[in-house]
Amino acid sequence: MWNQVAVLIKKEMTLEWRQKYALNGILLYVVSAVFITYLSVQGALSIPTWNALYWIIILFSAVNAVAKSFVQEHQGRQLYYYMIASPEAIIVSKIIYNTLLTLLLALLGYLVFSVILGNPVEDQLLFITNLALGAVGFSACLTMVSGIASKAGNNATLMAILSFPIIIPILLMAINISKNAIDGLDRGVSYDKLITLMAINAIVTAVAYILFPYIWRS
Amino acid sequence: MKAYWWKVLAILLLAYTLIAGLLLDVPRLAILNETIRALHFHVTMWFGMIIMLVIAVYYSIKYLRKGDLKDDDMAIEFTSAGILFGVLGIATGMLWAKFTWGDYWSGDPKQNGSAIALLMYFAYLILRNSLTDVHQRARIGAVYNIFAFAAYIPLIFVLPRLTDSLHPGNGGNPGFNAYDLDSKLRMVFYPAIIGWTLLGAWIATVRVRYRRLERKLEDKLINQV
Repeated sequence: MWNQVAVLIKKEMTLEWRQKYALNGILLYVVSAVFITYLSVQGALSIPTWNALYWIIILFSAVNAVAKSFVQEHQGRQLYYYMIASPEAIIVSKIIYNTLLTLLLALLGYLVFSVILGNPVEDQLLFITNLALGAVGFSACLTMVSGIASKAGNNATLMAILSFPIIIPILLMAINISKNAIDGLDRGVSYDKLITLMAINAIVTAVAYILFPYIWRS
Repeated sequence: MKAYWWKVLAILLLAYTLIAGLLLDVPRLAILNETIRALHFHVTMWFGMIIMLVIAVYYSIKYLRKGDLKDDDMAIEFTSAGILFGVLGIATGMLWAKFTWGDYWSGDPKQNGSAIALLMYFAYLILRNSLTDVHQRARIGAVYNIFAFAAYIPLIFVLPRLTDSLHPGNGGNPGFNAYDLDSKLRMVFYPAIIGWTLLGAWIATVRVRYRRLERKLEDKLINQV
């Protein structure tokens, strides 16, 4: 199983590298979104607003980045994977790959945000840890939803309306911890929230792992 | 009588809820006053909704295990009944909130939580309608139903931790137990929950039967030629 996962992740990366336009497109999406925000807010931005805008942009970029998970490759090749790999290996590899992709987007977003909107974050380590955990949650949730949406013609509206309500608990926890990190609060305040976020991630990943074979089969 | 005793029970319980809920003496309290009667008509909607949704998830799991379309009928119709209760719960809650908290919407975690639940299940309906093949619709619908429900449970625990609720019994407000030492409210409240739940099940099963008849008719039409 882990061999399969490793091979599949490598395959995803090779594919992404070959079709660079998709990756570049989503990276440019983040930069443009941040820039539009910068021009729209015109001047001073309070810290809670900075935080909320940052996460909203990451959410939208992640939805767009992950949405193509199951439509990038055409039907014939999907059938081929269906025969050679177990569905569990496929979902795990996609979740890991999308986690890396989301984390890349989040870090890029953070960089651009810091440069043009200022960087109010006091506790960098906590902020980045939280980004990583948020990326895992976003990716697990969005990968599963994109699997579902791909069966229904994969339109962007469906992807958004299906994923937003499900992703809210992860988003709220992440925004909350991120606020603590920005204010530089004592880490003890955030520990139980970090654990809650990890627990939510675990639930979402486990349910995706159990349910994915049913959509993969149809 | 054997098969429909619970429908008679539903009518009796709801008649009792209406009469006793509106006429029986209630504890007099500041701010709440007579609106405490909303307990029987608003709070019970949420109990009804959660019970309907749990039943729907149960049938979704059953569908994934067995692949019988009959289970899918139950899942979708119980979800619809749950949504009906949810909409009624939000509407009654907003009216009540206007007169006790001063606003239709005040960002209370329970209000937000219920609104998110409705968003989730409306999305579920849209997802189902976008799929044309019945088996695929049933399977993908079941998967989303279970996934959404599993993600919703942590939300119920997370939301109240982030902000205090204004609801009685939360955030330092005394709960109904504190008001209701002589259990007068409970005498109506518990039967009301059962009554509304039975009514929901009744609506759902009628619609399930309609759905099955429709399918039978369609099959007949197709097989005619």
